[in-house]
Amino acid sequence: MLQKFFCFITIPIFFVIESTLFSHLSIAGVTPDILIIPVSVFGFMYGEKTGMYTGFLAGLLFDIFFGGMLGFSALIMTLVGYVNGQFFGLFYPEDIRLPMILIFTSDLSYGLLFYIFRFLVRGKLNFSFYLLKIIVPEALYTLLISIIVYPVLLHAYNRFEMIRLRKERTIAGHNQGTPSEYHIE
Amino acid sequence: MSPVLREKSIRRKIPGRVVLMILAGICVFLMVITYGTNSFDAPFNNTVGNMIVPFEKGLSKLGIWMNTRKDEFRSMEALAKENEELKARVDELTEENTILSKERYELAELRDLFELGDEYDSYSKVGARIIASDNSNWFYGFTIDKGSKDGLQVDMNVIAGGGLVGRISSVGDHWSRVTAVISDGAYVSGQVLSTEDTLIVAGNLEEMRNDGTLSFSQLSISDNVNILGEKVVTSQISDKYLPGLLIGYVQSADKDSNNLTYSGKILPVVDFEHLGTVLVITDMKNAASE
Repeated sequence: MLQKFFCFITIPIFFVIESTLFSHLSIAGVTPDILIIPVSVFGFMYGEKTGMYTGFLAGLLFDIFFGGMLGFSALIMTLVGYVNGQFFGLFYPEDIRLPMILIFTSDLSYGLLFYIFRFLVRGKLNFSFYLLKIIVPEALYTLLISIIVYPVLLHAYNRFEMIRLRKERTIAGHNQGTPSEYHIE
Repeated sequence: MSPVLREKSIRRKIPGRVVLMILAGICVFLMVITYGTNSFDAPFNNTVGNMIVPFEKGLSKLGIWMNTRKDEFRSMEALAKENEELKARVDELTEENTILSKERYELAELRDLFELGDEYDSYSKVGARIIASDNSNWFYGFTIDKGSKDGLQVDMNVIAGGGLVGRISSVGDHWSRVTAVISDGAYVSGQVLSTEDTLIVAGNLEEMRNDGTLSFSQLSISDNVNILGEKVVTSQISDKYLPGLLIGYVQSADKDSNNLTYSGKILPVVDFEHLGTVLVITDMKNAASE
């Protein structure tokens, strides 16, 4: 319950921080897309559904304020959350490589999809410009920021795990003999 | 307790793929609905805006506050070596000083805006502060701290620094979203001030990134007229922009392959990197023409 609330509240917080503070932190005209970090992270940390819901919320917020086309970013972000959710089983808190790769790839694919559906369809064919000047720099910058942000989200994850384990242990302690049932759950 | 239990039973019943389909369906539905009409936008804008915008206002104030405080913090570090009493006193004065210097800075900025506003004296205007900006790297837009309750409407023109910034694309109670002319896919009907030849000004992400310019096209002008460096203003025939607002200066012009029209680049007068406050013209194009 607490974990769901945390995931839900993180998105607006990240959105507000992104749209107010990070616009001052652009390097060479490129700003990081920090909103994709929690979507990706929640996907592989808490499963595809949490990823999808947070992605949907994040995309919708972006669409309402800046998108122009309601539902477009929401769709991409939902997909990002879903795909990241497929790595749920491969995620271990000790491993930093998989999260970094996933965040980077997520932002990269978000950029590519955005280019294809919002620019390429309008006849903007100079793909190498968009790739090298916007999509890749943005993904790299996002990766850089995620090195700072990810430990915070991981810390929260470890906390929720601890609470969950403690709860399981007390339940298992109360009705000894059938603890396995809760582990399956 | 019961919501938790219910949540679990739902989780077991609906597989992730179905949730994906449902959410994707909602997204596509929203896209189809909002493709042609803006009517669906308003309720969303207001409910979500009213929740988010107060935080943005606070946080952008924090951003400004942090900027102006940076120097004071440095001097405070040196003062930390001095005794507690003195430090407290300095803190007090610093605080006061910050507020005053911030106000003075604002005053100068607003004075500047007002002087520049004189050029467009015939229009009534209100000042507004930028509280959040579009961070997507793809389009250029921002949110200002005034909305429909302050008398703003969709399609009102926004100016700053003596030039056209853009127009309001949606409004909430106390906030509005501004789409800038430099945003890719934004078009303005303009004209060369001296010769009154019309052209189409378009925001172009590639050119904006490469050399900070807008692109223009469909300018038909006789060959021997030199238009480089000429002022480009919004034209009379624009349906959303008031006539005579300065957009920028012609930087280059090349003949199109059809040998009739010219296209090229325009250097905008507004410094979009450093916008803090803008002026919203409350006169509407449609109302003005009546």
